[in-house]
Amino acid sequence: MNIIWDPAALLAALAGGVLIGLAAAWMALGLGRIAGISGLLGGLVDGAPDRAVRVAFVGGLLLAPALYLLLRGELPAVRMMVDTPSLLLAGLLVGIGTRFASGCTSGHGVCGLSRLSPRSLVATLSFMAAGFAAVYLLRHLLV
Amino acid sequence: MKHHAQAGQAFAIGLLFGVGLLLSGMSNPQKVIGFLDLAGAWDPSLALVMGGAIAVGLPLFRLAESRSHRQLPSWSGAPIHLPGKSGITPRLVLGSVLFGIGWGIAGICPGPGLVLLGSLQWPGLLFVLAMVAGMLLFRPLDKALSR
Repeated sequence: MNIIWDPAALLAALAGGVLIGLAAAWMALGLGRIAGISGLLGGLVDGAPDRAVRVAFVGGLLLAPALYLLLRGELPAVRMMVDTPSLLLAGLLVGIGTRFASGCTSGHGVCGLSRLSPRSLVATLSFMAAGFAAVYLLRHLLV
Repeated sequence: MKHHAQAGQAFAIGLLFGVGLLLSGMSNPQKVIGFLDLAGAWDPSLALVMGGAIAVGLPLFRLAESRSHRQLPSWSGAPIHLPGKSGITPRLVLGSVLFGIGWGIAGICPGPGLVLLGSLQWPGLLFVLAMVAGMLLFRPLDKALSR
């Protein structure tokens, strides 16, 4: 294993994580609900109640890059790692999987672990393990 | 009126969450794959995203839970509804594994997918459309499986 240590990236990750944690806690304390992105978006797709809150939250996420651009002058670099068919397959799996698991990185990973939920710990360990395994398979074994 | 105030808060929360994702590096698939690639040049920085989020989340969610136990409402007046913590089911694990495989393929989870779309990244739109299609497939698939 070769480990990359980039102090600026570590600091940015920590600061970004703190903002995410504050946003998630604000959702719980301010609106009484979990800031789970797959759940809030999935409910919108399903026609679940609280449509206004869901639309507003997703709208905020969609407009966050505009705010970031305003604050910092440029957006962070983005590099896609797969071709279009793989991207579509990935999106499909993420959509189906998060609905079956009732949560994703935000709902289980951030909110659930912050609440010391055993259910969310199992979910987080499962998707992390599957993510590590998928990358190993696709980028080491099958190339 | 109350609904408008709630939507206003939800919008601000979405903005804050999205800025956090952008700042952290989570919205760059290359970084996510670098984090998931233990056997390659491993970039551990994204572990600090969850670390930082949980560090501030622990005390604040504790506060939310204690308010919920005392039947106190949230700031907006809406009741505090937090999901149960037990219930480790096959669908929880299988769903999480499917999600993890998708995450490992492209390096994008739901939040960063929406942020990439908002950054006007064309692949972000494709990912989100496929994700929404997956969410639409969930109900009929769930029905078929539970029969």
